[in-house]
Formats: sequence, structure tokens, C-alpha cells
Amino acid sequence: MALMTRNPRHQTPRPNRTDATEDGTGRSVATVTELHRSFGTTHVLRGLDLEIRGGEFVALLGRSGSGKSTLLRSLAGLDPASPRELTVHGAVSVAFQEPRLLPWRTVEDNVALALANGPLRRIRREHARRSLDEVGLTEKRDAWPLSLSGGQAQRVSLARALVSKPNLLLLDEPFSALDALTRIEMHRLVVALWKRHRPGVLLVTHDVDEALALADRVLVLDQGQVAAQWSLAVPRGRRNGDPQISAIRTHVLEALGVDAGTRNPRTERPTESGAA
Amino acid sequence: MTTLVPPQELAEVTAEPAVRRRERRPRRRRRAGLGWLRRWVSPLLILAAWQVLSSAGILTEDVLASPLQILATATELLADGTLQSATATSIGRVLSGFLIGATAGLVLAVVAGLSRIGEDAVDPPMQMLRTLPHFGLIPLFIVWMGIGETPKIALIAMGVAFPLYLNTFAGIRSVDRKFLEAAHTLNLTRRQRLRHVIAPGALPQALVGLRQSLGVAWLSLIVAETVSADAGLGYLINDAREFLKTDVIVVGLAVYSLLGLLTDTLVRLIERKALAWRS
Repeated sequence: MALMTRNPRHQTPRPNRTDATEDGTGRSVATVTELHRSFGTTHVLRGLDLEIRGGEFVALLGRSGSGKSTLLRSLAGLDPASPRELTVHGAVSVAFQEPRLLPWRTVEDNVALALANGPLRRIRREHARRSLDEVGLTEKRDAWPLSLSGGQAQRVSLARALVSKPNLLLLDEPFSALDALTRIEMHRLVVALWKRHRPGVLLVTHDVDEALALADRVLVLDQGQVAAQWSLAVPRGRRNGDPQISAIRTHVLEALGVDAGTRNPRTERPTESGAA
Repeated sequence: MTTLVPPQELAEVTAEPAVRRRERRPRRRRRAGLGWLRRWVSPLLILAAWQVLSSAGILTEDVLASPLQILATATELLADGTLQSATATSIGRVLSGFLIGATAGLVLAVVAGLSRIGEDAVDPPMQMLRTLPHFGLIPLFIVWMGIGETPKIALIAMGVAFPLYLNTFAGIRSVDRKFLEAAHTLNLTRRQRLRHVIAPGALPQALVGLRQSLGVAWLSLIVAETVSADAGLGYLINDAREFLKTDVIVVGLAVYSLLGLLTDTLVRLIERKALAWRS
């Protein structure tokens, strides 16, 4: 497999963009219409529709193989899509499950790299420092990424994603590899950053409780389509134990094919026999 | 789950192993220093035994000169400038051969590493040629190029090109696709991806290739100069052989190994500087 080719498919899989004219709150930042995606004979996405608005925090749940990652990759421009199927308005950033920081660049250079095509070097540096400050890692700016803990690396990854002021922030299970305490800290940080910058957020996750704690809207993907979705009206921070949220939780688990009585969303479907 | 542990305490707990590791380091270094000294004992003993055997007349000068004799000869050769000019000639050969071979190896590796067509065009012949023992090419080189400077430089260039090609090509291909995807989402251009992702990602393996190729370069020089030479260290050694001057031969050999050691140390320094991120 060639790493870099001149093949136009590799050159232009970036989503088709229109320039954002204003700060975009409430306006659509991503529109997905009838998106089909298949690998060989496997149809992963079958006519998926989705709209994400500026400043909206959307969580996407689904079993493995439901097409979550495929959708995210299309939105990130890593897989090609036609403008009819998918449009992203303005800049898009991604924070991956593994932070994917370049190990041979310092923390600050990693963040500044997101602005490589933008302003002057000095200004890039300034922006990168401010962004690192926001995630509380100013003192690590000259460190090598391999010297960071998992949580720190993920925070740098968030700083890198936000430094370019994206209209759409894609989070691909960024907290799944972290320990429980770090995850709680990261949840708080993500909400704080989102409130400050107000990008549209699409969080792909396996964790139903994470989705219910963070999002305005929760989607369940099944067989390549949005099978169900819920808007969460209860403010963040007051959701724990809220009856409305509990009810939605039960529905979400049902939509994911989990017996509503069990707490673990990864439990097998009732229809599938086998050991627990 | 002990969710009540305050973050500061948590930080202390996680910081502890790092502190302990830092404390342990100097002790290990001290032990390593002692070992380094101990490792000098047996070489010095061998040297002393060698000198004793020579002084006693058991080891005659036409077999192997004594260490002191060799030292005296080296001083002499340095004083009249013979050693310097011979060394300069040899270094010149290695340098030209290395530059030609390294350029060829690197360019081919980049062409093969960055494109599918390049790989199909470059890699098969390179893989076939690499199985040729390149010293076996000497007769052919002499037929083609005579016995002047050209076949020597060509031999060195051949020896340098292959390890550098193979390692750099493998290095480029081993760059993690995840980093390339990340670079893509950061909107980096093709050039920026080359500069920030592919080049530094391939560097560790390319430096392994550089070290190998420098080793081969010196070896090729020695072989080429031994086959035929009218100047340089090889000439000095061959000339001394005619008169059974073993002291001069050993001085020549010592310079060869010093030069090899020097370039190896140089690459090590480059590695330490360029790959600091790995520690």
C-alpha cells in the first residue's frame, strides 16, 4: 500500500465545504443525506441521514460494526463522499481514540501543526500555547508526547483539535482508553471547552452513560442508519438520577439491543444465546 | 471505586515511581563506570604480554612488530606527513563513494517508498542486486574501469547504496498510517506530511541504514585499496608488505579502525540528537 499517491481519490476525500460566514451557532455545520458506504459486499452505511448544528453536542452510540466509525471517517474527510451525500460547513477537527500525537514533535509543535497553513509562526505558537493553557498543560509544552500519561496526551489531542477553531469537532471514543477517574476529569474538560468554543460536536462512544452525561442529543446507529434519537432537555450536572434521563437510558439500551434490566451496554442481545 | 481520592493525592501516587527511578539511576551509572575500568584490564595485559614476547625475541619483527616499535613508527610517519597524506587520500575515496552511494540509495528509497509505481519499478531490481556479493564485482569493475580511482569509488558507492536503500525504504513504509490520517485531518499538504510525518517517522530506520552503510564503506575501501592502489592507506600497507615492515602495516590497520570508530561515533551522536524523542 503506497503511503502517498497522486490518485485523486486520495487527494480529495475531504468533505465538501462551504465557507462559514458567521460564527454559525444554530446553523447546520454538517449535513449527511442518504449516505451509503460499503466495503466489498458489506454495506456499512445504508442511506444515513444526519444534521449537526453549530454549538450542538451530539453523541452517537451503536454496537461494533454499526457504522459509527465509518460515519466519523466520512465526516473527517478520511473516506471519500460526494457533495450530495455529505457537506461540512467550515473547519472540522478530529480527536481520535489514540491521541495520535507525532512522537517526534514536542507537545507545542503538535498543537501548532494544526495551524501549519495558517498564520505566521510566532502567532501559531501563541495560539498553540493558549490552547495548551486551556487544557491545563502549559508546563508540558516542551515535552515529548511519549513522556505524557494517557490523559495528558488526550488533552493535548483536544488542544490540537480546538486550536484551529473548528465548526465541527469529531470525537472518536477519545476517553475509552482512560482510567475511570481521568475519564471523569476529561468529561468536565470537554464540556468546559465546548461551552467556550461552541463547535458542533459529534462524540462517538460505546458508553451509554457518557453519552447521557455529555450530549444534547443521543443517536443510536443500527444497521447503517440512525435507528433512534433522543433530545436531552435536563441540564448537564443534574442528570444523575433524573427520572427523565433514566427513562431515556432504558430506551437507549433497548435500541442497542440490551436487556433494559442490565447495566452493561456491552451485554449480548437477548436473542443471541451464549455465556454472559 | 474510590472516587473520593482528591486529584492531588492521585498525582502523588502516580508520581512516585518516576521519583524512585530517578534515584536509582546514579547508582547504576557508578556501577557501569567501574565495569568500564575493569574492561581495560585484559587488553592492557595482552599488550604487555605482546611487548614482553617481542623484547624477549620470541616474536620477531618480520612476524609482528612490538607495540613500542609500532608507536615509534606511527610517530615517524606522522612527523614526515606520510600518514596524513595517505589517510587524506583514503578519506577522499570513502567520501566520494559514500556521497554517490548514499545519494543513489536515498533517492531510490524515496521513489520506491512514496509511490506504488516507484516501488514496482525500483524495488525488484534492488532486491535482486542486493543478493550479489558486491566484492565479487571487482573483476567486472576492473574490466570496465581499469585500476584507477573510479573502480574503488564505484565499489564503495555500491556497498553504501544497498543498506541505505533497504533501511530507508522500510523506514518510510513503517510510518504508522494513523499519523498520516491525523496529518490529513490537520489539512497538512503533501509537502508538510513529508516533512512532519514521513521523514521523521522513517528517520530511525534510515539511521540504522546509515550506520551499516558507513561500515560497508570502510570495508569496501580496504578491499579496493588492497587489490590495487598507488596512494592512500592501502598503498602504505601494500608497500610495507613488500619489505616485511609489519610495524607500518599495523599502523595502517589502526588508522582504518580509528576512522571506522570515528564515523560510527558520529552517527551515534546524530542518533542521540535526532531521536531524543524516543527516550
